[in-house]
Amino acid sequence: MSDALVRLQDVYVRLSNQSVLEGADLQVAQGEIVTLIGPNGAGKTTLVRTVLGLLKPDSGSVWRKPKLRIGYMPQKLHVDSTLPLSVLRFLRLVPGVDRASAAEALAKVGAEQVIDSPLQGISGGEMQRVLLARALLRGPELLVLDEPVQGVDVAGQAELYRLIGRLRDRFGCGVLMVSHDLHLVMSATDKVVCLNRHVCCSGHPEQVSHDPAFIELFGQDARSMAIYHHNHDHAHDLHGAVLKPHVHDENCKHG
Amino acid sequence: MADFLLNALLAGLALALVAGPLGSFVVWRRMAYFGDTLSHAALLGVALGLMLEVNLTLAVTVCCVLLAVLLVTLQQRQPLASDTLLGILAHSTLSLGLVSLSFMDEVRIDLMGFLFGDLLAISPADLAWIVGGSALVLLMLIALWRPLLAITVHEELAKVEGLPVAAIRLALMLLIAVVIAVAMKIVGVLLITSLLIIPAAAAQRHARTPEQMACGASLLGLLAVCMGLALSWFQDTPAGPSIVVSAAALFLLSFAWRKRN
Repeated sequence: MSDALVRLQDVYVRLSNQSVLEGADLQVAQGEIVTLIGPNGAGKTTLVRTVLGLLKPDSGSVWRKPKLRIGYMPQKLHVDSTLPLSVLRFLRLVPGVDRASAAEALAKVGAEQVIDSPLQGISGGEMQRVLLARALLRGPELLVLDEPVQGVDVAGQAELYRLIGRLRDRFGCGVLMVSHDLHLVMSATDKVVCLNRHVCCSGHPEQVSHDPAFIELFGQDARSMAIYHHNHDHAHDLHGAVLKPHVHDENCKHG
Repeated sequence: MADFLLNALLAGLALALVAGPLGSFVVWRRMAYFGDTLSHAALLGVALGLMLEVNLTLAVTVCCVLLAVLLVTLQQRQPLASDTLLGILAHSTLSLGLVSLSFMDEVRIDLMGFLFGDLLAISPADLAWIVGGSALVLLMLIALWRPLLAITVHEELAKVEGLPVAAIRLALMLLIAVVIAVAMKIVGVLLITSLLIIPAAAAQRHARTPEQMACGASLLGLLAVCMGLALSWFQDTPAGPSIVVSAAALFLLSFAWRKRN
């Protein structure tokens, strides 16, 4: 494929005498959102680190588009509380960034109000947005996001995934992300790669959710991760029974 | 003013100036114990320098750098926690230095001077080394300021963005080693780290940017050197410890000021 940004073939990685990746393959193309899923210890972060060049595989080939600009959003950022650093200064650690371009990047991710706040004083959701803004400031061809919604409440998670989708549409960059919450990410992704040391199955989300390897890996949970094709026009109670729509009458205690 | 006092003042001020920004990185990167280990190893450097009859500042710098490299290698190769490893290296190198020095009967050395500094005995040649070394480290810090901040915030992010992280980290260790070598004459191997971290910690409460903290630490360091030397001059106290006591007093005072919001 000519528009591939990064291609990994038959990658093996051992970390402290534990085999972490055994023949993993991965490809991300321009404008494509690829989501890595898999149980804990499946090697998701290791695969991401290999893509980023932070880790050299023991065998297998890693090809990156020459001079590929990568925007990386780490899983979390811990800055020592003694380091007085505002969000603006944090963004300006990227060379060539001034206040205007930093403000513009923050506006794109909907976090312009924190520009002068200390980095240690903003909420988890704001921090994820600031990290995303920093990744965008590099004008990336490939965005790599390691669990981008960690520490964000459920409503914010869905919004963050929609934002990532919009950014892809706007900049045409490829996106590689690691995620646990398949039910949220399924609708926003082009390709799902299900990893358990090697690639169990990959493809379009719908296709993957019916794959026997996927169901075996996630067991009963697989069903809840599958996508709904109908619109929910009713609500369930705690036992799963459909609730009758509420009809107001004079006995209602609410306004 | 007496010449020896002027030499002492200039040496102390040069060191305080560079200790501000360098000490800020030691605080931000939690390298206080690391600095302590390197400075303990400085005594081994002194012993080796005397044995091989080379310049002591050079011998101490080389010894500190070698220890830093050894430390990084050991951290990657074996399971002991960093602080355990640092404790082992700090005290065994200090002891090895003391034992080696005791074998050299023919060399007359002032051990207390190496351990706690002998600021008032600084010669013009010493002063040249101290001012030259401090100026070099300060220039390097200014040149590497942004990359150093970037790796302090997040090493992997910096690496993905194309910075040579391992080289920058090594450069920081090298700078710390040079400062330890030149500071040994001033406050001695046992007190060097305090001059790096106390002014930086005192400046931290009132700083809003990394640069404010670095400059504030330099200013407080300069003040501590002046106060310490004055104390030593009028009360006949040991100069190195007097400077550290002054810095500690300034640190306590920083709590008296109301924190800015």
